[in-house]
Amino acid sequence: MHSDSTEVKKSIRTYMTIGVALLVFTGITVAANQFHFGVPVAVTVALIIAMMKGSMVASVFMHLSHEKKWIYGALILTVLGFLVLMTVPIFTTMDTIGKHVPAIGGAAEHQGH
Amino acid sequence: MDKTGIHPGGEGVQAVAHGHDPHHDELGFWRKYVFSVDHKVIGIQYAITGLLFLLFGFTLMMIMRWQLAYPGRPIPLIGMWLGQTRAPMGIMLPEFYNQLGAMHGTIMVFMGVVPLAVGGFGNFVMPLQIGAPDMAFPKLNMLSYWVYFVGGVTMLASFFPKGGAAQSGWTSYPPLAIISDGQTMWLIGMIFLITSSLLGSINFIVTIVQLRARGLSYMGLPFFVWAQFVTSFLLLLAFPPLEAAGVLQLMDRLAGTSFFMPSGLVVSGRPLTISGNGNPLLWQHLFWFLAHPEVYVLILPAMGIVAEIIANNTRKPLWGYKALVYSVTFLGFMSFIVWAHHMFMTGMGTTMSAFFQTTTMIISIPSVVILTALLLSLWGASIRFTTPMLFALAFLPMFGIGGLTGLPLGLAPSDIHLHDTYYVIGHFHYVVAPGTIFALFAGVYYWFPKATGRKMNDVLGAIHFWGSFICINIVFMPMFIQGLSGMNRRMYDGGAQYAYNAGLPLKLNVVIGMAAWTLGLFQLPFIVNFFTSIFWGKTVDKNPWEATTLEWSAPSPPGHGNFLTEPIVYRAPYEYSVPGAAKDFSPQFEPEKA
Amino acid sequence: MNIPYTVEERPDTGLTNGKLGIWLFLASEVMLFGALFSTYIILRTGAPEWPHGELNVLLGAINTVILITSSVTMVMAWATLKLKDWAKHRLYLIATFALAGIFLVNKYFEYKDHFDKGETPAHSTFTAIYFTLTGLHGIHILGGMVVMLYFLGPGTKLWKKNPDQFTNRIEFTGLYWHFVDLVWIFLFPVLYLL
Repeated sequence: MHSDSTEVKKSIRTYMTIGVALLVFTGITVAANQFHFGVPVAVTVALIIAMMKGSMVASVFMHLSHEKKWIYGALILTVLGFLVLMTVPIFTTMDTIGKHVPAIGGAAEHQGH
Repeated sequence: MDKTGIHPGGEGVQAVAHGHDPHHDELGFWRKYVFSVDHKVIGIQYAITGLLFLLFGFTLMMIMRWQLAYPGRPIPLIGMWLGQTRAPMGIMLPEFYNQLGAMHGTIMVFMGVVPLAVGGFGNFVMPLQIGAPDMAFPKLNMLSYWVYFVGGVTMLASFFPKGGAAQSGWTSYPPLAIISDGQTMWLIGMIFLITSSLLGSINFIVTIVQLRARGLSYMGLPFFVWAQFVTSFLLLLAFPPLEAAGVLQLMDRLAGTSFFMPSGLVVSGRPLTISGNGNPLLWQHLFWFLAHPEVYVLILPAMGIVAEIIANNTRKPLWGYKALVYSVTFLGFMSFIVWAHHMFMTGMGTTMSAFFQTTTMIISIPSVVILTALLLSLWGASIRFTTPMLFALAFLPMFGIGGLTGLPLGLAPSDIHLHDTYYVIGHFHYVVAPGTIFALFAGVYYWFPKATGRKMNDVLGAIHFWGSFICINIVFMPMFIQGLSGMNRRMYDGGAQYAYNAGLPLKLNVVIGMAAWTLGLFQLPFIVNFFTSIFWGKTVDKNPWEATTLEWSAPSPPGHGNFLTEPIVYRAPYEYSVPGAAKDFSPQFEPEKA
Repeated sequence: MNIPYTVEERPDTGLTNGKLGIWLFLASEVMLFGALFSTYIILRTGAPEWPHGELNVLLGAINTVILITSSVTMVMAWATLKLKDWAKHRLYLIATFALAGIFLVNKYFEYKDHFDKGETPAHSTFTAIYFTLTGLHGIHILGGMVVMLYFLGPGTKLWKKNPDQFTNRIEFTGLYWHFVDLVWIFLFPVLYLL
């Protein structure tokens, strides 16, 4: 734990550095948007950048890089559950027994403003 | 330093009851009995509230059974009081039947069984079994109870506004749930109930990890604690998606969004003016993502209770403790990836159907391991047929039937015929009613002496048991026959219109009704026993069952702080009939004789 | 009666009760927002067309910068407390609170703009999931602000009574706050950019 004051002072430098890095990556995120990738590439790029930013927040600001086993354990379980929630419903929805028939009077009439 | 790494007399380890602290004596009536932060008071609050809701939910079903047994006949006793919107001339309206059905399920699951099994037994027993002075977050514990209470009151109140209570099944599928009455209050009630469970689950996990007594390693925990531990993880991770889904459904109802509303819907002849493009299956995914782990939340604490009682009344250690622990953990993991076996009939393709069918078959393995271990624990045992043991023994075959009848439902091809029929109702009721609820009764009889210092009456207990056991089987066994003939569930006419050759199966509704009402009568000995024993039950000392786990070393009832001296654990939880020992039980809390 | 390990760590787990508790709470929050992200995936793949350019990317980016900065000030509010610098701690905590407030003000203007243009939640599944995701996130910001206000106000009594426990509680508030920032780090590209 960061109970030593010199350790805390060192950490403060790290916090500031990571803070700047996050702002830089935010700039990269917005800049990447200027390239008109196809949807799968765009999603991949966006998620990779977001995960890099997210892991910086988690490991440094939330001290996850030196946290205890129980926390890691609970989080790994959560990440697995999260991945299941992201992937399985959409796979199930896409795997159908028949051909999708678009509804009558549906989206086409309500889009556009 | 022992395995837990705690030094004797270390700072902060103060698991000692402060019996004569004058500050504590100043707690008024309200702080001591109503807004208490003591886990035992909160546990009893949960238990009594849960039992009352169980009784109410059961009453709703008894009314439904009248309509199914004698369609179109005025309901006796209360029919004329139900009002024109529910039962004009005492004859039940279909809308009211649907309300009864939806609320019966909701109340039994979310307001009855889980609060009793987890909030009641978990809160009262678990800290005592691990040697803790209370839960890790006592104030949060109190908050959890009152949030549950508010949620429960909201649900009950939902019967009163115009349009009545929720009537789209406890599963609330859109689009029906979006356009039906009563759903808004149901959703608000659910948000309270879910929040209560989430807060409780955090408390349980932290307590079990952090507040175990000296010498109590994880593999030394009573199986009841393991069951509550896994249950809490299920609640923690599976409930939030339903909370989110509830908010989404509220938005569909109140803000006109189309999360679950597909395009092109026409209601009562008029097309809905919504944006459409929503997906009703999205609700089903989010709902069942919780609701499948939820059924393990219903069964795991019950298995825990049965394990404790079997060990105690066979005077033998449980067979296969390690297998039980590994199975219950594996079960917890698997429970997150089986949910769409509730959705085989939604047009799912063969790939995903095969996936969910496979995971469902796999998850039956740990369940069978647990049941087998409990059964094998009886082998060569010196069985004491105490009242708790009667219920615990009955649990085993009843859960067995429930589990076995789940197999044709988990296999996609047979589910095509059985889905949404009375077969499903028979299956899950076998697991929850003569399964879980019997285990909960067993728990009440078993831990009543710890909570009150008195035993419940055994004669009334035996009447309660035998009457309930016989009647409950007559209620649910015929449902398998009804389901196989095609009788659909949730139908005001009992599913007759969809059944092939429903002649005899339909007539069984009269038998089922009679058995259900008789089952209701047989709960009276329990209710009478419960309340009279509090005042006039035979007084007992702190370990009347001669049990080995830590809770029996505390006074009956335990005071504030639970233990008079710091509890220390010396051995495994079920050391009964140890060869060479003086008594036929060696409690966890007694040191080796020199 | 004392509950052990509220301030000192339990030797074998290395944790205080509150530390484990807050992380478990955050785990449940991951699943809560996860359900909404899953909703986004299903609605977007099921929609015949998905709007682009309806959202104000500049405002979203500014809000991202605000929130990241507030994460820095929040962790500084804790670090300065560990160094026993009460004045700096107050400054950083107030800064975090203020930045959170600015975030919400920006969101208010954003929402108002959408409503004025008729882009209500009912307008399309895109606006529905946009308002729900950012709305739930906004409620979490508000909740964090309430907690910060407590630790700026009545909660400060604990600093005198039990400074270690107060420091821990600021740490837990920080963990919550970083999580709220983390959610936005994913929300911003998903809703505004993709």
